[in-house]
Amino acid sequence: MPEPDNRHVVTVEINGARKTVAVEARRLLVHLIREDLGLTGTHVGCDTSQCGACTVEIDGQAIKSCTVLAVMADGASITTIEGLTDTGAELSPVQAAFHEHHALQCGFCTPGMVMSVRQLLRDQPNPSEHDIRHGLAGNICRCTGYHNIVRAVESLASKGYQS
Amino acid sequence: MIPAAFDYVRASSLAQAIDLLRDDPDGTKLLAGGHTLLPALKLRLASPELLIDIGGIAELKGIEISETGIRIGALTTHAELFASEPLHGELPIFRQAASLIADPQVRNRGTIGGSLANADPAADWPAVVVALQAEIEIVGPNGHRSVAARDFFTDIFSTVLEPDEILVSVHIPRPRTGMHFIYRKIRHPASGFAVVAIAVGVRLQGGAVDQISIGVTGAANHAFTGQHASDFLLGKTLSRDNIDKAATLLSETTECLSDRYASAEYRANLIRVETRRALLALSS
Repeated sequence: MPEPDNRHVVTVEINGARKTVAVEARRLLVHLIREDLGLTGTHVGCDTSQCGACTVEIDGQAIKSCTVLAVMADGASITTIEGLTDTGAELSPVQAAFHEHHALQCGFCTPGMVMSVRQLLRDQPNPSEHDIRHGLAGNICRCTGYHNIVRAVESLASKGYQS
Repeated sequence: MIPAAFDYVRASSLAQAIDLLRDDPDGTKLLAGGHTLLPALKLRLASPELLIDIGGIAELKGIEISETGIRIGALTTHAELFASEPLHGELPIFRQAASLIADPQVRNRGTIGGSLANADPAADWPAVVVALQAEIEIVGPNGHRSVAARDFFTDIFSTVLEPDEILVSVHIPRPRTGMHFIYRKIRHPASGFAVVAIAVGVRLQGGAVDQISIGVTGAANHAFTGQHASDFLLGKTLSRDNIDKAATLLSETTECLSDRYASAEYRANLIRVETRRALLALSS
Protein backbone atom coordinates (compact mmCIF):
# COMPACT_ATOMS: atom_id res chain seq x y z
CA MET A 1 0.00 0.00 0.00
CA PRO A 2 1.28 3.51 -0.78
CA GLU A 3 2.35 5.77 2.07
CA PRO A 4 -0.69 7.51 3.58
CA ASP A 5 0.90 10.94 3.13
CA ASN A 6 1.42 10.50 -0.60
CA ARG A 7 0.59 13.61 -2.58
CA HIS A 8 -2.00 13.61 -5.32
CA VAL A 9 -1.97 15.93 -8.29
CA VAL A 10 -5.27 17.74 -8.67
CA THR A 11 -6.18 19.83 -11.72
CA VAL A 12 -9.27 22.01 -11.61
CA GLU A 13 -10.69 24.73 -13.77
CA ILE A 14 -11.52 27.43 -11.27
CA ASN A 15 -13.36 30.57 -12.40
CA GLY A 16 -12.19 29.79 -15.92
CA ALA A 17 -8.48 29.34 -15.06
CA ARG A 18 -6.78 25.95 -15.09
CA LYS A 19 -4.84 25.22 -11.88
CA THR A 20 -2.78 22.22 -10.84
CA VAL A 21 -1.84 21.58 -7.20
CA ALA A 22 -0.28 18.61 -5.39
CA VAL A 23 -2.24 17.88 -2.20
CA GLU A 24 -2.57 15.29 0.51
CA ALA A 25 -5.54 12.98 -0.01
CA ARG A 26 -7.14 14.40 3.13
CA ARG A 27 -7.01 18.02 1.86
CA LEU A 28 -10.51 19.49 1.87
CA LEU A 29 -11.69 21.30 -1.24
CA VAL A 30 -12.37 24.48 0.75
CA HIS A 31 -8.73 24.51 1.89
CA LEU A 32 -7.53 23.99 -1.67
CA ILE A 33 -9.63 26.98 -2.72
CA ARG A 34 -8.69 29.29 0.14
CA GLU A 35 -5.14 28.33 1.00
CA ASP A 36 -3.61 26.76 -2.10
CA LEU A 37 -5.36 29.00 -4.64
CA GLY A 38 -5.77 32.10 -2.42
CA LEU A 39 -9.47 32.59 -3.15
CA THR A 40 -10.61 33.63 0.30
CA GLY A 41 -14.11 34.75 -0.68
CA THR A 42 -15.26 31.21 0.09
CA HIS A 43 -15.59 30.99 3.87
CA VAL A 44 -15.36 28.23 6.44
CA GLY A 45 -18.16 28.62 8.97
CA CYS A 46 -19.21 25.51 10.83
CA ASP A 47 -16.91 23.06 9.00
CA THR A 48 -19.63 20.41 9.45
CA SER A 49 -21.76 20.86 6.27
CA GLN A 50 -24.49 22.73 8.15
CA CYS A 51 -23.97 26.46 7.57
CA GLY A 52 -23.29 26.77 3.83
CA ALA A 53 -20.64 29.53 4.09
CA CYS A 54 -18.30 27.32 2.02
CA THR A 55 -20.79 26.85 -0.84
CA VAL A 56 -19.23 26.85 -4.33
CA GLU A 57 -20.36 25.39 -7.64
CA ILE A 58 -18.84 22.19 -8.97
CA ASP A 59 -19.84 21.57 -12.59
CA GLY A 60 -22.75 23.98 -12.12
CA GLN A 61 -24.08 22.52 -8.87
CA ALA A 62 -23.98 24.26 -5.48
CA ILE A 63 -22.09 22.11 -2.97
CA LYS A 64 -20.49 22.52 0.44
CA SER A 65 -16.74 22.55 -0.16
CA CYS A 66 -15.92 21.66 3.47
CA THR A 67 -17.39 18.21 2.80
CA VAL A 68 -15.64 17.39 -0.46
CA LEU A 69 -12.02 16.26 -0.75
CA ALA A 70 -9.81 18.24 -3.11
CA VAL A 71 -8.90 14.96 -4.87
CA MET A 72 -12.60 14.33 -5.57
CA ALA A 73 -12.70 17.58 -7.55
CA ASP A 74 -9.85 16.57 -9.87
CA GLY A 75 -10.96 17.38 -13.42
CA ALA A 76 -13.95 19.45 -12.27
CA SER A 77 -14.97 22.98 -13.15
CA ILE A 78 -15.42 25.14 -10.05
CA THR A 79 -17.00 28.56 -9.67
CA THR A 80 -16.47 30.60 -6.51
CA ILE A 81 -17.80 34.02 -5.54
CA GLU A 82 -14.73 35.60 -7.20
CA GLY A 83 -15.78 34.08 -10.51
CA LEU A 84 -19.15 35.80 -10.78
CA THR A 85 -17.78 38.90 -12.48
CA ASP A 86 -14.92 39.39 -14.89
CA THR A 87 -12.82 41.79 -12.85
CA GLY A 88 -14.18 41.40 -9.33
CA ALA A 89 -14.64 45.18 -9.20
CA GLU A 90 -18.32 45.31 -10.18
CA LEU A 91 -21.19 43.37 -8.61
CA SER A 92 -22.93 40.41 -10.22
CA PRO A 93 -26.75 40.62 -10.40
CA VAL A 94 -27.24 38.49 -7.26
CA GLN A 95 -24.71 40.56 -5.32
CA ALA A 96 -26.33 43.79 -6.55
CA ALA A 97 -29.76 42.56 -5.41
CA PHE A 98 -28.32 41.71 -1.97
CA HIS A 99 -26.84 45.22 -1.80
CA GLU A 100 -30.05 46.88 -2.89
CA HIS A 101 -32.27 44.98 -0.43
CA HIS A 102 -29.84 45.08 2.51
CA ALA A 103 -29.69 41.27 2.43
CA LEU A 104 -26.45 41.18 4.41
CA GLN A 105 -25.07 42.66 7.56
CA CYS A 106 -21.75 41.15 8.65
CA GLY A 107 -21.38 39.49 5.25
CA PHE A 108 -19.79 36.26 6.44
CA CYS A 109 -22.53 34.02 5.04
CA THR A 110 -23.00 36.11 1.90
CA PRO A 111 -20.64 34.39 -0.58
CA GLY A 112 -22.21 31.00 0.17
CA MET A 113 -25.69 32.49 0.19
CA VAL A 114 -25.10 34.07 -3.24
CA MET A 115 -23.90 30.76 -4.70
CA SER A 116 -27.02 29.01 -3.32
CA VAL A 117 -29.31 31.71 -4.74
CA ARG A 118 -27.83 31.03 -8.19
CA GLN A 119 -28.73 27.34 -7.89
CA LEU A 120 -32.17 28.15 -6.47
CA LEU A 121 -33.08 30.41 -9.38
CA ARG A 122 -31.69 27.94 -11.92
CA ASP A 123 -33.94 25.22 -10.51
CA GLN A 124 -36.95 27.47 -9.88
CA PRO A 125 -37.01 30.69 -11.92
CA ASN A 126 -40.29 31.79 -10.27
CA PRO A 127 -40.05 30.63 -6.66
CA SER A 128 -42.66 31.31 -4.00
CA GLU A 129 -41.53 32.69 -0.65
CA HIS A 130 -41.72 29.12 0.71
CA ASP A 131 -39.59 27.85 -2.20
CA ILE A 132 -36.97 30.51 -1.46
CA ARG A 133 -36.80 29.71 2.24
CA HIS A 134 -36.73 25.96 1.54
CA GLY A 135 -34.15 26.43 -1.24
CA LEU A 136 -31.82 28.35 1.08
CA ALA A 137 -32.21 25.91 3.98
CA GLY A 138 -28.56 24.92 3.60
CA ASN A 139 -27.29 28.42 4.37
CA ILE A 140 -27.38 29.92 7.84
CA CYS A 141 -27.33 33.70 8.42
CA ARG A 142 -27.06 35.00 11.97
CA CYS A 143 -27.67 38.68 11.18
CA THR A 144 -30.47 39.37 8.77
CA GLY A 145 -33.29 37.16 9.97
CA TYR A 146 -33.51 36.13 6.29
CA HIS A 147 -36.36 38.49 5.35
CA ASN A 148 -34.23 40.78 3.22
CA ILE A 149 -32.49 37.83 1.59
CA VAL A 150 -35.92 36.53 0.56
CA ARG A 151 -36.75 40.01 -0.82
CA ALA A 152 -33.51 40.12 -2.80
CA VAL A 153 -34.31 36.75 -4.36
CA GLU A 154 -37.90 37.79 -5.10
CA SER A 155 -36.64 40.92 -6.86
CA LEU A 156 -34.21 38.85 -8.97
CA ALA A 157 -37.00 36.46 -9.95
CA SER A 158 -39.36 39.31 -10.83
CA LYS A 159 -36.68 40.72 -13.16
CA GLY A 160 -36.32 37.35 -14.89
CA TYR A 161 -32.74 36.83 -13.66
CA GLN A 162 -30.96 33.79 -15.09
CA SER A 163 -27.67 32.61 -13.60
CA MET B 1 -11.28 19.78 11.41
CA ILE B 2 -8.80 17.68 9.48
CA PRO B 3 -9.16 13.94 8.96
CA ALA B 4 -6.31 11.60 9.88
CA ALA B 5 -4.10 10.83 6.88
CA PHE B 6 -5.28 8.21 4.42
CA ASP B 7 -4.52 7.26 0.86
CA TYR B 8 -6.96 7.67 -1.99
CA VAL B 9 -7.66 5.78 -5.19
CA ARG B 10 -10.28 6.64 -7.77
CA ALA B 11 -11.75 3.41 -9.15
CA SER B 12 -12.82 3.46 -12.78
CA SER B 13 -14.86 0.24 -12.79
CA LEU B 14 -16.78 -1.93 -10.35
CA ALA B 15 -14.36 -4.82 -10.96
CA GLN B 16 -11.41 -2.58 -10.09
CA ALA B 17 -13.15 -1.33 -6.93
CA ILE B 18 -13.83 -4.91 -5.79
CA ASP B 19 -10.19 -5.86 -6.45
CA LEU B 20 -8.89 -2.86 -4.50
CA LEU B 21 -11.32 -3.54 -1.64
CA ARG B 22 -10.20 -7.17 -1.21
CA ASP B 23 -6.66 -6.18 -0.25
CA ASP B 24 -7.69 -4.78 3.12
CA PRO B 25 -11.48 -4.65 3.54
CA ASP B 26 -11.34 -3.59 7.20
CA GLY B 27 -8.87 -0.76 6.62
CA THR B 28 -10.67 0.58 3.58
CA LYS B 29 -13.76 2.75 3.14
CA LEU B 30 -15.75 3.32 -0.02
CA LEU B 31 -16.30 6.97 -0.90
CA ALA B 32 -19.38 7.95 -2.91
CA GLY B 33 -20.86 11.39 -2.14
CA GLY B 34 -18.89 11.54 1.10
CA HIS B 35 -21.57 13.39 3.02
CA THR B 36 -21.60 10.92 5.89
CA LEU B 37 -18.08 9.54 5.56
CA LEU B 38 -16.20 12.85 5.43
CA PRO B 39 -17.87 14.32 8.55
CA ALA B 40 -17.06 11.04 10.33
CA LEU B 41 -13.41 11.24 9.19
CA LYS B 42 -13.18 14.89 10.27
CA LEU B 43 -14.45 13.94 13.74
CA ARG B 44 -11.97 11.01 13.62
CA LEU B 45 -14.77 8.57 14.32
CA ALA B 46 -13.13 6.53 11.56
CA SER B 47 -9.50 6.41 10.40
CA PRO B 48 -9.27 4.19 7.33
CA GLU B 49 -5.93 3.59 5.59
CA LEU B 50 -7.45 3.90 2.16
CA LEU B 51 -10.47 5.52 0.54
CA ILE B 52 -11.67 4.04 -2.73
CA ASP B 53 -13.58 6.72 -4.60
CA ILE B 54 -16.36 4.90 -6.45
CA GLY B 55 -17.95 8.20 -7.54
CA GLY B 56 -16.89 7.86 -11.18
CA ILE B 57 -18.06 4.29 -11.81
CA ALA B 58 -20.63 4.37 -14.62
CA GLU B 59 -22.14 0.98 -13.64
CA LEU B 60 -23.35 2.50 -10.38
CA LYS B 61 -25.17 5.43 -11.97
CA GLY B 62 -28.56 6.09 -13.46
CA ILE B 63 -32.26 5.40 -13.07
CA GLU B 64 -33.65 2.76 -15.45
CA ILE B 65 -37.36 2.13 -15.77
CA SER B 66 -38.45 -1.03 -17.59
CA GLU B 67 -41.49 -3.28 -17.93
CA THR B 68 -40.48 -5.32 -14.91
CA GLY B 69 -39.32 -2.62 -12.54
CA ILE B 70 -37.09 0.28 -11.66
CA ARG B 71 -33.34 0.10 -11.13
CA ILE B 72 -31.68 2.93 -9.25
CA GLY B 73 -27.88 2.96 -9.30
CA ALA B 74 -26.20 3.35 -5.92
CA LEU B 75 -24.57 6.65 -6.92
CA THR B 76 -27.86 8.36 -7.76
CA THR B 77 -27.97 11.54 -5.70
CA HIS B 78 -30.92 12.76 -3.65
CA ALA B 79 -31.15 15.71 -6.07
CA GLU B 80 -31.36 13.35 -9.07
CA LEU B 81 -34.05 11.30 -7.34
CA PHE B 82 -35.94 14.54 -6.71
CA ALA B 83 -35.57 15.82 -10.26
CA SER B 84 -36.24 12.67 -12.33
CA GLU B 85 -39.57 13.16 -14.15
CA PRO B 86 -39.86 9.51 -15.30
CA LEU B 87 -39.33 8.33 -11.71
CA HIS B 88 -41.80 10.92 -10.42
CA GLY B 89 -44.34 9.61 -12.93
CA GLU B 90 -43.96 6.07 -11.56
CA LEU B 91 -43.39 6.71 -7.86
CA PRO B 92 -43.95 10.24 -6.56
CA ILE B 93 -42.74 9.13 -3.12
CA PHE B 94 -39.14 9.59 -4.32
CA ARG B 95 -39.57 13.33 -4.90
CA GLN B 96 -41.56 13.64 -1.69
CA ALA B 97 -38.89 11.94 0.42
CA ALA B 98 -35.92 13.59 -1.37
CA SER B 99 -37.31 17.06 -0.69
CA LEU B 100 -37.19 16.32 3.04
CA ILE B 101 -33.52 15.23 3.11
CA ALA B 102 -30.98 17.73 4.46
CA ASP B 103 -30.60 20.81 2.20
CA PRO B 104 -30.03 21.49 -1.52
CA GLN B 105 -26.22 21.40 -1.40
CA VAL B 106 -26.16 18.13 0.52
CA ARG B 107 -28.78 16.66 -1.83
CA ASN B 108 -26.46 17.48 -4.75
CA ARG B 109 -23.76 15.18 -3.34
CA GLY B 110 -25.36 12.58 -1.07
CA THR B 111 -26.34 9.27 -2.70
CA ILE B 112 -29.05 6.68 -2.09
CA GLY B 113 -26.47 3.89 -2.00
CA GLY B 114 -24.43 5.72 0.61
CA SER B 115 -27.53 6.35 2.69
CA LEU B 116 -28.58 2.69 2.60
CA ALA B 117 -25.10 1.24 3.20
CA ASN B 118 -24.49 3.62 6.09
CA ALA B 119 -27.82 2.57 7.68
CA ASP B 120 -28.23 5.57 9.91
CA PRO B 121 -31.27 4.67 12.03
CA ALA B 122 -32.79 8.08 11.17
CA ALA B 123 -32.06 8.13 7.41
CA ASP B 124 -34.97 8.51 5.00
CA TRP B 125 -34.34 6.07 2.14
CA PRO B 126 -34.36 2.94 4.34
CA ALA B 127 -38.08 3.44 5.15
CA VAL B 128 -38.87 4.16 1.50
CA VAL B 129 -37.12 1.07 0.09
CA VAL B 130 -38.67 -1.13 2.77
CA ALA B 131 -42.17 0.12 1.89
CA LEU B 132 -41.46 -0.31 -1.83
CA GLN B 133 -40.41 -3.94 -1.17
CA ALA B 134 -37.17 -3.25 -3.01
CA GLU B 135 -34.26 -5.61 -3.51
CA ILE B 136 -30.75 -4.38 -2.74
CA GLU B 137 -28.17 -5.60 -5.28
CA ILE B 138 -24.75 -6.30 -3.82
CA VAL B 139 -21.49 -7.29 -5.52
CA GLY B 140 -18.46 -8.89 -3.88
CA PRO B 141 -15.52 -11.12 -4.77
CA ASN B 142 -17.95 -14.06 -5.12
CA GLY B 143 -20.31 -12.29 -7.49
CA HIS B 144 -23.74 -10.73 -7.23
CA ARG B 145 -26.42 -11.29 -4.63
CA SER B 146 -29.70 -9.65 -3.88
CA VAL B 147 -31.26 -8.99 -0.47
CA ALA B 148 -34.79 -7.85 0.31
CA ALA B 149 -34.73 -4.32 1.76
CA ARG B 150 -36.62 -5.51 4.83
CA ASP B 151 -33.77 -7.94 5.62
CA PHE B 152 -30.93 -5.56 4.65
CA PHE B 153 -30.76 -3.50 7.86
CA THR B 154 -29.59 -5.47 10.88
CA ASP B 155 -28.76 -2.97 13.63
CA ILE B 156 -27.72 0.63 14.25
CA PHE B 157 -25.38 1.56 11.33
CA SER B 158 -25.30 -2.14 10.41
CA THR B 159 -26.40 -4.07 7.35
CA VAL B 160 -25.89 -7.49 5.79
CA LEU B 161 -23.06 -6.01 3.66
CA GLU B 162 -19.73 -7.78 4.18
CA PRO B 163 -16.61 -5.58 4.39
CA ASP B 164 -15.52 -6.70 0.90
CA GLU B 165 -18.90 -6.06 -0.75
CA ILE B 166 -20.32 -3.05 -2.57
CA LEU B 167 -23.96 -1.96 -2.77
CA VAL B 168 -24.63 -1.61 -6.49
CA SER B 169 -28.27 -0.72 -6.97
CA VAL B 170 -31.81 -0.75 -5.70
CA HIS B 171 -34.41 -2.74 -7.68
CA ILE B 172 -38.05 -1.89 -7.20
CA PRO B 173 -40.72 -4.14 -8.62
CA ARG B 174 -43.09 -2.14 -10.76
CA PRO B 175 -45.88 -1.03 -8.41
CA ARG B 176 -49.25 -2.60 -9.08
CA THR B 177 -51.80 -0.38 -10.78
CA GLY B 178 -53.70 1.56 -8.15
CA MET B 179 -50.98 1.31 -5.50
CA HIS B 180 -50.31 4.70 -3.88
CA PHE B 181 -47.40 5.58 -1.61
CA ILE B 182 -46.93 8.39 0.85
CA TYR B 183 -44.00 9.50 3.04
CA ARG B 184 -44.54 11.34 6.30
CA LYS B 185 -41.66 12.63 8.35
CA ILE B 186 -41.12 14.42 11.63
CA ARG B 187 -37.87 16.19 10.87
CA HIS B 188 -35.31 16.96 13.55
CA PRO B 189 -35.17 20.76 13.37
CA ALA B 190 -31.37 20.95 13.48
CA SER B 191 -30.07 17.82 11.75
CA GLY B 192 -32.93 17.33 9.27
CA PHE B 193 -32.88 13.59 10.00
CA ALA B 194 -36.08 11.73 10.84
CA VAL B 195 -37.17 11.70 14.47
CA VAL B 196 -39.75 9.30 13.08
CA ALA B 197 -40.77 8.81 9.46
CA ILE B 198 -43.22 6.42 7.83
CA ALA B 199 -43.51 5.29 4.22
CA VAL B 200 -46.83 3.60 3.44
CA GLY B 201 -48.15 2.05 0.26
CA VAL B 202 -51.79 0.99 -0.10
CA ARG B 203 -54.05 -0.34 -2.85
CA LEU B 204 -57.77 -0.33 -2.28
CA GLN B 205 -59.98 -2.82 -4.14
CA GLY B 206 -63.74 -2.49 -3.71
CA GLY B 207 -63.17 -0.27 -0.67
CA ALA B 208 -60.94 -2.78 1.11
CA VAL B 209 -57.15 -2.91 1.43
CA ASP B 210 -55.78 -5.59 -0.92
CA GLN B 211 -52.12 -4.49 -0.94
CA ILE B 212 -50.28 -2.71 1.85
CA SER B 213 -46.69 -2.18 2.93
CA ILE B 214 -45.21 0.02 5.63
CA GLY B 215 -41.61 1.10 6.25
CA VAL B 216 -40.54 2.93 9.40
CA THR B 217 -37.32 4.83 10.11
CA GLY B 218 -36.04 6.99 12.95
CA ALA B 219 -38.00 5.07 15.56
CA ALA B 220 -35.83 2.05 16.26
CA ASN B 221 -32.22 0.96 15.80
CA HIS B 222 -32.84 0.28 12.12
CA ALA B 223 -35.55 0.71 9.52
CA PHE B 224 -38.17 -2.02 9.60
CA THR B 225 -41.43 -3.14 8.06
CA GLY B 226 -44.70 -2.60 9.92
CA GLN B 227 -45.89 -6.13 9.35
CA HIS B 228 -48.39 -6.41 12.22
CA ALA B 229 -50.23 -3.29 11.13
CA SER B 230 -50.20 -4.41 7.48
CA ASP B 231 -51.55 -7.86 8.37
CA PHE B 232 -54.27 -6.28 10.47
CA LEU B 233 -55.44 -3.97 7.67
CA LEU B 234 -55.35 -6.51 4.84
CA GLY B 235 -58.90 -7.12 3.62
CA LYS B 236 -60.36 -4.36 5.82
CA THR B 237 -61.65 -0.92 4.90
CA LEU B 238 -59.63 2.17 5.83
CA SER B 239 -62.27 3.29 8.32
CA ARG B 240 -61.24 5.67 11.07
CA ASP B 241 -61.53 2.84 13.57
CA ASN B 242 -59.37 0.40 11.57
CA ILE B 243 -56.76 3.11 10.95
CA ASP B 244 -56.59 3.92 14.67
CA LYS B 245 -56.19 0.25 15.56
CA ALA B 246 -53.44 -0.29 12.97
CA ALA B 247 -51.57 2.84 14.05
CA THR B 248 -51.75 1.81 17.71
CA LEU B 249 -50.64 -1.72 16.83
CA LEU B 250 -47.57 -0.41 14.95
CA SER B 251 -46.74 1.96 17.78
CA GLU B 252 -47.10 -0.66 20.51
CA THR B 253 -45.09 -3.34 18.71
CA THR B 254 -42.04 -1.10 18.16
CA GLU B 255 -39.14 -0.97 20.58
CA CYS B 256 -38.33 2.73 20.22
CA LEU B 257 -35.01 4.52 20.62
CA SER B 258 -34.60 7.15 23.29
CA ASP B 259 -32.18 10.06 23.00
CA ARG B 260 -31.73 13.66 24.13
CA TYR B 261 -34.21 14.91 21.57
CA ALA B 262 -37.01 12.38 21.85
CA SER B 263 -37.91 9.77 24.45
CA ALA B 264 -39.04 6.28 23.45
CA GLU B 265 -42.60 7.17 24.57
CA TYR B 266 -42.61 10.28 22.38
CA ARG B 267 -41.34 8.33 19.37
CA ALA B 268 -43.99 5.66 19.94
CA ASN B 269 -46.62 8.40 19.93
CA LEU B 270 -45.19 9.88 16.72
CA ILE B 271 -45.44 6.47 15.02
CA ARG B 272 -49.11 6.29 15.99
CA VAL B 273 -49.89 9.82 14.86
CA GLU B 274 -47.94 9.69 11.59
CA THR B 275 -49.23 6.24 10.65
CA ARG B 276 -52.76 7.48 11.21
CA ARG B 277 -52.15 10.59 9.10
CA ALA B 278 -50.54 8.57 6.29
CA LEU B 279 -53.40 6.06 6.18
CA LEU B 280 -56.04 8.80 6.33
CA ALA B 281 -54.39 10.52 3.37
CA LEU B 282 -54.34 7.23 1.45
CA SER B 283 -57.96 6.44 2.30
CA SER B 284 -59.35 9.33 0.27
